[in-house]
Amino acid sequence: MKFAVIVFPGSNCDVDMYHAIKDELGEEVAYVWHDADNLDEFDGILLPGGFSYGDYLRSGAIARFSNVMKAIQKAADEGKPVLGVCNGFQILLEAGLLPGAMRRNNSLKFICRPVTLRVENNETMFTSLYELGEVITIPIAHGEGNYYCDEETLTKLIENRQIIFRYHDENPNGSLENIAGIMNETGNVLGMMPHPERAVDALLGSADGLKLFQSIVKYWRVKHVVTS
Amino acid sequence: MSLLLEPSPTTIKEEKLYREMGLTDEEFAMVERILGRLPNYTEIGIFSVMWSEHCSYKNSKPVLKKFPTEGEHVLQGPGEGAGIVDIGDGLAVAFKIESHNHPSAIEPYQGAATGVGGIIRDVFSMGARPIALLNSLRFGELTSPRVKYLFEHVVAGIAGYGNCVGIPTVGGEVQFDAAYEGNPLVNAMCVGLIRHEDIQRGVASGVGNTVMYVGAKTGRDGIHGATFASEELTEASEAKRPAVQVGDPFMEKLLLEACLEVVKSDALVGIQDMGAAGLTSSSAEMASKAGVGIEMNLDLVPQREAGMTPYEMMLSESQERMLLVVKKGREQEICDLFAKYGLEAKAIGKVTDDKMLRLYFHGEVVAEIPVDALAKDAPVYHKPSAEPAYYREFQQIDYVPHVENYEETLLSLLAQPTIASKEWVYDQYDYMVRTNTVVAPGSDAAVVRIRGTKKALAMTTDCNSRYIYLDPETGGKIAVAEAARNVVCSGAKPLAITDCLNFGSPEKPEIFWQLEKAVDGMSAACRTLATPVISGNVSLYNETNGEAVYPTPVVGMVGLVEHLDHVTTQTFKQAGDIIYVIGEAKQEFGGSELQKLLEGRIFGKAPSIDLEVEAQRQQALLAAIRAGVVASAHDVAEGGLSVALAECLMNANGLGAKVTISGDLAAELFSETQSRFVVSVKKEHQATFEQLVEAKKIGEVTDEGTLRIENEHGEAVVNLSVEQMRSVWKGAIPCLLKSKA
Repeated sequence: MKFAVIVFPGSNCDVDMYHAIKDELGEEVAYVWHDADNLDEFDGILLPGGFSYGDYLRSGAIARFSNVMKAIQKAADEGKPVLGVCNGFQILLEAGLLPGAMRRNNSLKFICRPVTLRVENNETMFTSLYELGEVITIPIAHGEGNYYCDEETLTKLIENRQIIFRYHDENPNGSLENIAGIMNETGNVLGMMPHPERAVDALLGSADGLKLFQSIVKYWRVKHVVTS
Repeated sequence: MSLLLEPSPTTIKEEKLYREMGLTDEEFAMVERILGRLPNYTEIGIFSVMWSEHCSYKNSKPVLKKFPTEGEHVLQGPGEGAGIVDIGDGLAVAFKIESHNHPSAIEPYQGAATGVGGIIRDVFSMGARPIALLNSLRFGELTSPRVKYLFEHVVAGIAGYGNCVGIPTVGGEVQFDAAYEGNPLVNAMCVGLIRHEDIQRGVASGVGNTVMYVGAKTGRDGIHGATFASEELTEASEAKRPAVQVGDPFMEKLLLEACLEVVKSDALVGIQDMGAAGLTSSSAEMASKAGVGIEMNLDLVPQREAGMTPYEMMLSESQERMLLVVKKGREQEICDLFAKYGLEAKAIGKVTDDKMLRLYFHGEVVAEIPVDALAKDAPVYHKPSAEPAYYREFQQIDYVPHVENYEETLLSLLAQPTIASKEWVYDQYDYMVRTNTVVAPGSDAAVVRIRGTKKALAMTTDCNSRYIYLDPETGGKIAVAEAARNVVCSGAKPLAITDCLNFGSPEKPEIFWQLEKAVDGMSAACRTLATPVISGNVSLYNETNGEAVYPTPVVGMVGLVEHLDHVTTQTFKQAGDIIYVIGEAKQEFGGSELQKLLEGRIFGKAPSIDLEVEAQRQQALLAAIRAGVVASAHDVAEGGLSVALAECLMNANGLGAKVTISGDLAAELFSETQSRFVVSVKKEHQATFEQLVEAKKIGEVTDEGTLRIENEHGEAVVNLSVEQMRSVWKGAIPCLLKSKA
């Protein structure tokens, strides 16, 4: 399986994502610069964390106009797995690939620490290797992770089981319904504030994020075998 | 001020306008002699910043010469953007620490943020990839609204900048003392990784080569920042707020990535950050080092504001700018490379053979100064030094504290802001980005792995300025030794240090004496512990309304972990492990946390230190760690053994400790005697450990979640739940910040 790590000016978790895929997952991966037109050669699209365009104006608000976003939209429409982490999630929200918006953490401070998440739906291409209700430790590192959406959207998210991760022991940022990660209706675009790519090696504290990437690969393999 | 309104050379001399820029009458006379004429406004401005203490080290140079700067692993000593040490496998580590004290006192967020930005540029200008940031902070007591404001905004500024650039802030230290009330210290350190062949230097060689400007446009911010940094803070300092620069970490990130690509190109000759004194210092220093001259056409300098004068452009300290010297004819390659990142590289001048800095503006020469006069030939002063009266007094005092309740004393110590958990601080720093942080903030030294190898780097900043105030020479030794202790406890061999010498005004003989003695002490420790000084920074004039801060020579140390298996933390690992103490306690309470707690001030003698003993213990402990027989290691520092034991338990899930202490309990539990460690060892490794290290067995790790300290009769003098200690220790700083003064 071949992954693209999209690099916007100001992305800074691109390296982490790249190495998580290459060194820990053992799959193919390449950096793709924000002006790229075409992502057809890739099977999975990863939008890493960081501060695209310095988070100026609003997190993700400028990056959504990048040239590569058209290709990302196309990949999403084709059903390819698209994962946005942290700033990547913020960009997906701004681009309308996921519903809702992000506000500043309720503490008004940047927070970096490992947190516990509860897996709310394991019948997805991103979480099939987790148990339902499994509690995992994944770090967060953000200043604007306080997820919000209107009531109608929330009802839909709940009904469609689009809430994939919730904060478990504590809600670090004040997000609605303890939401840490959500999926689109078709189930192939996931946005999450916690960083699974930072939790792929026990040496650094946790390897609980690895199963997320392995789930994607498993999904792709199954699909690939069936279609080919 | 427009060019037409600038004072004439005669007015500058007659009205002694140079004095406002920090130059003395004698220095002005020197300028006249060097030029053979009166300087114009631009020229005197250039001289004043280049001859400020901040840029020229004119008062500290004779003292700095005492530092040992050579060692078998040193690839680059002081004098460049950062020092560099070899770590094998063709790799090297580049690091430096720098102060941003005065800007942070006036505008804490931007002052701290731009301090981080500057030190990052120093490291990547060497061609090194920045892999970690650390800091060392000093504030007044966390009780006044002003101090809380400074503390909160400095931390936010460091976080805002470092997080955005994507370099993990992995360690540091914060101390609080009334001595820093009006003049906080904000020191930032950056560590970078580099392959030997990529090492760059800030030189402008090759007559005819092109001088290029990249990065942010030049504005009117930070004009005379270096001069401002070289004078005491007064009530009038608020009016200098325009001298504080504003940072743009996004620009820095682009510049960083672009420059690291540029250094791979053989079209590049030299590269330097436009830091203090911006365009002036970068051009003059690069030319002086290469023995050439530089001429620049200021009309070509990218400008943020209209109508800027040569004076303003040359003295601006706008951030995120770099000066490059590029082989003639290859400018376009460089432009193309920067264009990928949306940056414009612009040719603004060329290298000449006449050793002059010559500036053109609107077709005329507006400044013409010999580069050496600005850089290596700047004046040097040998300031008078005098032993202060307080020192003689303190040497006569043998302070013995009176402790009644050991348990309460321990809890009070854990709540002292200097000892308390700094989680409130480091939770705001992204300490994990780049996913190499093996030991996060909160242990002795941070550990960052080197991808693609089994090696890692341990790094720390340390300085107990109370000891240095009491006895600068001994305190200077301790600062280096403590940093080495932290590095060794993490499983690394200390390699080298960078230092940031924060002192008061060198015009005062007593302050100059502190500087001299501290450097003597540090030098002695660097020699014995084989950690040369490879880079550093001096920040003098840290005074508010005539009161100096404690002498604070912060030590930034980097060590090499030979194998990831050696990485060790302070946290106890497993019930049943044996707890040892290395080193005996003496009645040493001068400058201790206990003294501060009981007396509200510090006095007496600093703890003594024997560097040979220190070195021997560090080597033995490192040997044991490398032999794989040490489960945890922690140095005994502020608060003494009892605090060290508590710290070993703070992150130990459900574990506790039971130890027996005999003798003078106050000294055993709270004395800050040097060269001591708390180590835990698995039972099966007991014999090997005892062969390698001379240590005293004091107890065992338990699974009871309490710290129980018994006297020789088996009576508990401390019996506290870890839960309670943790809540006091973690709650102290947030609680102080929330309380209304």
